[in-house]
Amino acid sequence: MQTFDLGAEGLRALNSSLHALKGQTNMTAWEVINPKGAHAIAAGVDAPVDITVRGSTGYYCAGMNKQATIRIKGSAGPGVAENMMSGTVIIDGDASQYAGATGRGGLLVIKGNASSRCGISMKGIDIVVHGNIGHMSCFMAQSGNVLVLGNAGEALGDSLYEARIFVRGSVKSLGADCIEKEMRDEHFLIIEDLLRRGEAEGKAKPEEFRRYGSARKLYTFNIDNASSY
Amino acid sequence: MCGIVGLFLKDPKLEPRLGEMLTDMLITMTDRGPDSAGIAIYSGAKDGLGKITVQSAQPERDFKTLDADLHAAIGQPVALLVKSTHAVIEVPMAQMDAARTALAHLRPEVKVMSAGDSIEIFKEVGLPKDVARRFDVAKMTGTHGIGHTRMATESAVTTMGAHPFSTGPDQCLVHNGSLSNHNGLRRELIRKGMTFETQNDTEVAAAYVSQKLKEGEDLGSALEAGLDDLDGFFTFVVGTKNGFGVVRDPIACKPAVMAETDAYVAFGSEYRALVNLPGIEEARVWEPEPATVYFWER
Repeated sequence: MQTFDLGAEGLRALNSSLHALKGQTNMTAWEVINPKGAHAIAAGVDAPVDITVRGSTGYYCAGMNKQATIRIKGSAGPGVAENMMSGTVIIDGDASQYAGATGRGGLLVIKGNASSRCGISMKGIDIVVHGNIGHMSCFMAQSGNVLVLGNAGEALGDSLYEARIFVRGSVKSLGADCIEKEMRDEHFLIIEDLLRRGEAEGKAKPEEFRRYGSARKLYTFNIDNASSY
Repeated sequence: MCGIVGLFLKDPKLEPRLGEMLTDMLITMTDRGPDSAGIAIYSGAKDGLGKITVQSAQPERDFKTLDADLHAAIGQPVALLVKSTHAVIEVPMAQMDAARTALAHLRPEVKVMSAGDSIEIFKEVGLPKDVARRFDVAKMTGTHGIGHTRMATESAVTTMGAHPFSTGPDQCLVHNGSLSNHNGLRRELIRKGMTFETQNDTEVAAAYVSQKLKEGEDLGSALEAGLDDLDGFFTFVVGTKNGFGVVRDPIACKPAVMAETDAYVAFGSEYRALVNLPGIEEARVWEPEPATVYFWER
């Protein structure tokens, strides 16, 4: 286990140590102490390592993550896991604005609530929120899945493309071109898988969720291109 | 950008440390606003006395005999405490209006930062650490305070353009964001008798709240009304003699974090600003909801 004191050693030293990990490494377990809300903690990691941040983080923690599993033992500031490519980010507390924004892959788990614009413009990431999500979540979301065990705020899925949104609780309002859709067998399987990977097994049942998606009237959806989403 | 910090103490034992805690929070927010900084401190009222905090670009000239000149003008003794470019004038509460009228006549170039029986406002252009040192903010005591680090977007980087803005007795407001209907609102407020020192949008928001309070509304309903009447981006933190309020616009893209313990309520634009507060590990920490008014009163 590599323990890194962010207060003493500084952010640049942490991130350059993490960026130096390439391919296979035997330094697979990292712990960051004294994060004190600093920005860009463990942003840009590209190695199959496990990083635990002991405390709350500022802007852009785990941004652009590839391969790594990053756990935040606190709450995350704006833009956590922004543009994640692969790997897993798990937040024990709440996440601020635009968690998982533009994410292209991997799994983001938020055990508390996510505030506004969660999953905005997401492009393939999976997001599991144990609590609620705020207004304008999944705005222009293109692909991937969002599973919300609590409620969703105003204008959910505004101008949505092909991402799937599953909400267990209430939805304050749907955004333009976002509609409720029927749940089919394949969707129950997706939810079951997300609950398991999102450390939410036993907290909810697949049949308790409703599915929301694009009405495909706002953008030029063409059925011939469906396989590219 | 811009950074906001605020602290409303519930436990009187922390009052001697208010300035020290706020200074630490303010300096942490330097990279959100390195242009200028300011702080409003509610240092508690003295029986029958009021305070006017004033600012001068030429403090040596303007403050030298100000206490004697005011004494002669209003016929009452005046205490003057000079701190760098600012000075706090203490006068009997009954003479506050007379002192302000005399001040405008005796020292037309001196600007009034705040007036009331508890509030003092200090603000200047420069890095937050330099501004805090200049006014020795760390040594100040009080019940609550609000600080601001400014990254100007909408009007000039000047002392008067720095926050907090005070437009009523013991009132102040700081802002992260920008308003889009402030010119129209300013004209309406001028018609109702408010006066303005700058072209700044935030001063309009401050005056809007002051006008509502003057009309008899409480802090909570004044801020509620602002959600309908103010157009633009804002996270506001507002202070009154006994109160501390927070409101964000419905889009809520300007960041805000709050923390509450039995000892205090704290506000920061980012969690970083709160990390050194006593007991923060056990505090309830949350992000204030959009279009929702929060306020505390003692």
